[in-house]
Amino acid sequence: MRKYIAFFRLRFSMGLQYRAAALAGIVTQFVWGTMEILMFRAFYQADAAAFPMSFQSTCAYVWMQQAFLALFMAWMMENEIFDSIVNGNISYELCRPINVYNMWFSRSLANRLSKALLRSVPILLVAAFLPAPYGLMRPASFSAFLLFLITLLLGLGVTVAFCMLVYMVSFFTISSVGVRMVAVSVVEFFSGGTIPLPFFPEPVRQVLELLPFASMQNVPLRIYSGDLSGTPMRHAIFLQMFWLFALAALGRCLDVLAMKKITIQGG
Amino acid sequence: MKLYGKFFMIHLKSIMEYKTSFILTCIGQFLVSFNVFLGMYFMFQRFSNVEGFTYNEVLLCFGITLMEFSLAESFARGFDNFPSIIKSGEFDRIMVRPRNEILQVLGSRVEFSRIGRILQAVVMFCYGFAVSGIQWTWGKIITVIFMLIGGTAVFSGLFLIYASICFFTLEGLEFMNIFTDGAKEYGKYPVSIYGRTVFWLCTFVVPYALIQYYPLLSLLGRGKPSYSLLPLAACLFLVPCLFLWKMGVRHYGSAGS
Amino acid sequence: MITLTHVCKTYKVSKRDAGFSSAFKALFHKEYEYVTALDDVSFTISDGEMVGYIGPNGAGKSSTIKILSGILTPEKGTCLINGLIPWKNRIEHVKNIGVVFGQRTQLWWDVPVLDSFELLKEIYRIDGHAYRQNLEQLSEMLNLSGLLKMPVRQLSLGQRMRCEIAASLLHSPKILFLDEPTIGLDAVSKLAVRDFVLKLNKEKNTTVILTTHDMQDIEALTNRIILIGKGRLLLDGTINDIKDGYDSTEEALAAFYRRHNI
Repeated sequence: MRKYIAFFRLRFSMGLQYRAAALAGIVTQFVWGTMEILMFRAFYQADAAAFPMSFQSTCAYVWMQQAFLALFMAWMMENEIFDSIVNGNISYELCRPINVYNMWFSRSLANRLSKALLRSVPILLVAAFLPAPYGLMRPASFSAFLLFLITLLLGLGVTVAFCMLVYMVSFFTISSVGVRMVAVSVVEFFSGGTIPLPFFPEPVRQVLELLPFASMQNVPLRIYSGDLSGTPMRHAIFLQMFWLFALAALGRCLDVLAMKKITIQGG
Repeated sequence: MKLYGKFFMIHLKSIMEYKTSFILTCIGQFLVSFNVFLGMYFMFQRFSNVEGFTYNEVLLCFGITLMEFSLAESFARGFDNFPSIIKSGEFDRIMVRPRNEILQVLGSRVEFSRIGRILQAVVMFCYGFAVSGIQWTWGKIITVIFMLIGGTAVFSGLFLIYASICFFTLEGLEFMNIFTDGAKEYGKYPVSIYGRTVFWLCTFVVPYALIQYYPLLSLLGRGKPSYSLLPLAACLFLVPCLFLWKMGVRHYGSAGS
Repeated sequence: MITLTHVCKTYKVSKRDAGFSSAFKALFHKEYEYVTALDDVSFTISDGEMVGYIGPNGAGKSSTIKILSGILTPEKGTCLINGLIPWKNRIEHVKNIGVVFGQRTQLWWDVPVLDSFELLKEIYRIDGHAYRQNLEQLSEMLNLSGLLKMPVRQLSLGQRMRCEIAASLLHSPKILFLDEPTIGLDAVSKLAVRDFVLKLNKEKNTTVILTTHDMQDIEALTNRIILIGKGRLLLDGTINDIKDGYDSTEEALAAFYRRHNI
């Protein structure tokens, strides 16, 4: 456990080092959030009755999404890992007394958390002070907030477990770029990255909510905005735990296979 | 031009070494931009119009904007990789060759995998045309051509700014994405839907409105005919971009990497 | 003819202590320090000369090469190469030079070597006849005939280096900069590279400036060495000037570095 914490610290201070990048990232996300809300506003003005969430919830959803982007965006995979698989630097990692899957898992967690910690605070602060319908509202209750935090972490776990699958698969393909792009676009769309899941037509949405992708950002963001509560929420949390274990187990299996392949074929 | 052709061929050959990956990447590219379309489609399942633009009209707008972006991207994308060119010292190599730097950077990367995206842009472009219900006249066709020229110029200029900034920061600044990918993303809707402030910015700071909103109105028969010429004015945007690039190269000479 | 007079170059680098809290501090406040890369360096190299440019890591060798090849602009001092100031007349200047960066490649990784050469032909606007003649000559001298059709990624380091050198000479430059050309090569490849450079210098009268840490390169190739440390010119002479009493040049050089505290 200690070595994973050490890893986390290293990543975090590396993340802090790129000051300009962090600042630029915050500005970017703020602008994206604003544009997104302005777009929803245009639709809201066109036909308020057809809006599936309250406008305020939608704004909260957008701000939270921007603030914690680093936790859930599938495209934030680590190029270093892909590179090390392609160019054979992976053999260094194998020399260390540490399991590759666990190490990368904790490394990705650390990377995403450190990025998100840095970026979320300023965005949340500004968003909280924006005027009423556009800003970030306070959570419905303390317990809702607590649930938000728990599901946020679960969602992060599911996202990282899914990315791990992509890393593992790239052991078995010559070039991972293609696999990666397909995976990223699927995650983006089905997890509610393009438009929140409630905006999908009802039958489509019912199917989507069962998939692992809905267990990523969809659950925490909608719990926070008050759009998800009661029995559907409990189901969603249960599904999150299920997917986390399922994806991680699958990842470990691939890990074992990949290590066999490397040791036999010499990378 | 001949040199760019050579660069092009060498990339094509490289790509052919990895065919499977290439095809998968194309599919991936296709899917990524397809997401945007699907998102729009589902939104319009709920809403009949936005700011007075119907689904079909927005589709036309989306098709044209995506086409403008893809054209710029497919040949100016070398600048996208610019941070790595600087970091790896490849720019030193470029500097010791007797050719224009911009041309060499352009040639250093040709992304064939963007074919997926270009294909998608072409599909959307044609689809947008088909459903738009516009009576096509020569004047309107020329307007579209102007839009493509102006749009390519504006987006290329933005890529150039992105690269120029790398000279000073040594890494790509994420916030430039707002102007390139963001503009593609949000340019699917006519910029007027985002409210007055954004519209103002999109007219006078980065001239998106000139390559999208105004000529679109003219296509739809709602604007003045003179709106058709505005995309050409947007080409002037390249001037400050080139100036910034020159400054960047000079800075590189004094600071190194 | 290369003349460098009183050239100075400093860099601004941001500094930061290790550790967590200083990382956090750097978020708000960055400290810079100035590092002198070159301090009043002057030398002259005549046409057809072969010079070893040596010094410990970080002495300013690559800054010098960058200035000579027009990439960097120095703060002070002047540099004239065949009548041109490299950073002012860069495009004109680089037509006449060839540069080999030993640790980087200028060849396209995935395509046959010949394709990279064809591209360079375009870049340098070499006319067809001269190109064919040069290519033939170079591939004979460097023994490339079997390699030209292979993708670069399949070449060994030694084979690749021979191709790199050929790539830098296709446009028959008058001056060749070799930045650690033998780094990581096996004995046979090293000898091949050295032999070639000697021949090139003799037959085409190409000026060669060579940076290396391998003293055998120096002994095999050059009489004259220019030695810098911490940005200052310490010696412009021959190997014998530092040898004093030591058997191996390696040891002599190490002693020299120690003596000058670099």
